[in-house]
Amino acid sequence: MSRIKETSLPGVGVQYEFTTSKGRRMGVVHHHSGRREMFLCSPDDPDSAALTVGLDDEDAFALGEALDVLQIVESVSPAKYEVEGLVFEWIPITEESPASGKTIGDMRLRTLTGSSVVAVLRQGGSTPAPGPEFGLIAGDTLVVAGTPDGIDAVIDLVDGR
Amino acid sequence: MTHTAILFLELGGIIALLAIMARLASRLSLSPIPFYLLGGLMFGEGGLIPVVTSESFVEVGAQVGVVVLLLMLGLEYSGRELMTSLKFSAPVGIMDFVLNYVPGLIAGLLLGMELIPSLFLGGVTYISSTGVVAKLLGDLGWTGNRETPMVLSVLVFEDLAVAFLLPVLGAVALGSSLSSAIGSVVIALLGVGIALVVSIKYGHEFSARAFSGSNEVNLLTLLGITLIVAGAAEVIHVSAAVGAFLVGIAVSGDAANRAEVQLAPLRDLFAAVFFVFFGLSTDPSVLPAVVGPVIALAVVTTATKFAVAWWAGHRGGIGRRGRLRAAASLVARGEFSVIIAALGVAAGGGSRLEAIAAGYVLIMATLGPVVARFADRGAVTVG
Repeated sequence: MSRIKETSLPGVGVQYEFTTSKGRRMGVVHHHSGRREMFLCSPDDPDSAALTVGLDDEDAFALGEALDVLQIVESVSPAKYEVEGLVFEWIPITEESPASGKTIGDMRLRTLTGSSVVAVLRQGGSTPAPGPEFGLIAGDTLVVAGTPDGIDAVIDLVDGR
Repeated sequence: MTHTAILFLELGGIIALLAIMARLASRLSLSPIPFYLLGGLMFGEGGLIPVVTSESFVEVGAQVGVVVLLLMLGLEYSGRELMTSLKFSAPVGIMDFVLNYVPGLIAGLLLGMELIPSLFLGGVTYISSTGVVAKLLGDLGWTGNRETPMVLSVLVFEDLAVAFLLPVLGAVALGSSLSSAIGSVVIALLGVGIALVVSIKYGHEFSARAFSGSNEVNLLTLLGITLIVAGAAEVIHVSAAVGAFLVGIAVSGDAANRAEVQLAPLRDLFAAVFFVFFGLSTDPSVLPAVVGPVIALAVVTTATKFAVAWWAGHRGGIGRRGRLRAAASLVARGEFSVIIAALGVAAGGGSRLEAIAAGYVLIMATLGPVVARFADRGAVTVG
């Protein structure tokens, strides 16, 4: 699905790159410091960034908004919202997670933690209010509602701790 | 004048000179390292203005400088990054070591130096300057380039190689037996292993717990731990620099990012003091005699770094211009060459090792950024 190639830049951050449909290489460097740089290569030297634009958090967010193509906003870092003692958390399921390949019922999340899976976010379509028979796969993100302790318990189960 | 008055005047003079040197370096877009070395040469024994009173203070500052430099280097890397790039860069890294360590070693022997200083001289010519290269990549807008991951993974390999090289050289220099040399290396290996495990498995929790206080508390905690580990490493002959490097690797995540910001001014000061001290203790009268060998070494080891980068770039499917850029960025030698030379001198390497290293770094730290600018074709960087 993804055309983006991810390369580690030790000591600097991570380089994400892809080739546009017209054959130009472009991408973004995420620095460990949180700074982002967007780069675009010229056609005569596709290895070299001809133009580099530094973006801070707000710039990057504004650019994402302007491009208006975001499918899942929170896919990288789990987000968390808290409303009067009730916590909503976005919990990604990784390859290593024991939840990958199981149904929500198999995981007995509600029984063991008292928290509910409100929705499952997946590339290509999200499911609100999934039933216990809903099968989870790596790459999914669970939206879970519960008490702070209940949420921590879900995270432990999903991470296999 | 009182002792305090002389001490302050001398220290103030040195730091003011450093300020002028740093300003000049940034005006010329060059690394400040060769400028600091020159400053030290001017002040040292036989130099224009001999510094006497503050020498012992500067010496301690210089040693702290090495520790802080290596700590910061370790902080830049997380254990996971080190593992992945080791896997990919091992063949290139080994080639880099062979092609760039051997010229220094041979040059030392040809010049009639003993085996031990020659072994150190190999280290001086081997390792590229992580600091100079990192700054170049940022300044020239090369972070998005396709060859950049390869350049950085070569640097990672070198930095890890130094963590093994220093204890080996240290053991050899002490004239200790083969078994105790092996012992030092085993301890260094264990240390690296432990630091990697801590960083990968417990990095974030460990760092978050240990460094959850105010900025002041965090700074003192980290410096305290680092100096204790560095001292302990020195006790068992594994080199304080390696100890500090390992602490840096073990600390990761958010804590490492914050620590880098807090330590930056300390590093700027003490690293500058370290370079000045190296210049100070170098005898300028030995320099003219080594000019020829230094230039020859500079030419040869520029060519060998080019060869490594060219081959690695070819392997990685990078175009000619990208390979040129990779080669140009790896040419610079700087802080680690000086650190290795300083250890060699401390181990009785003699004034010639010191003079060759000083002259060599003067050339290579200046040449690196200049060559890189030639390889650059004016990338545009905004913001």
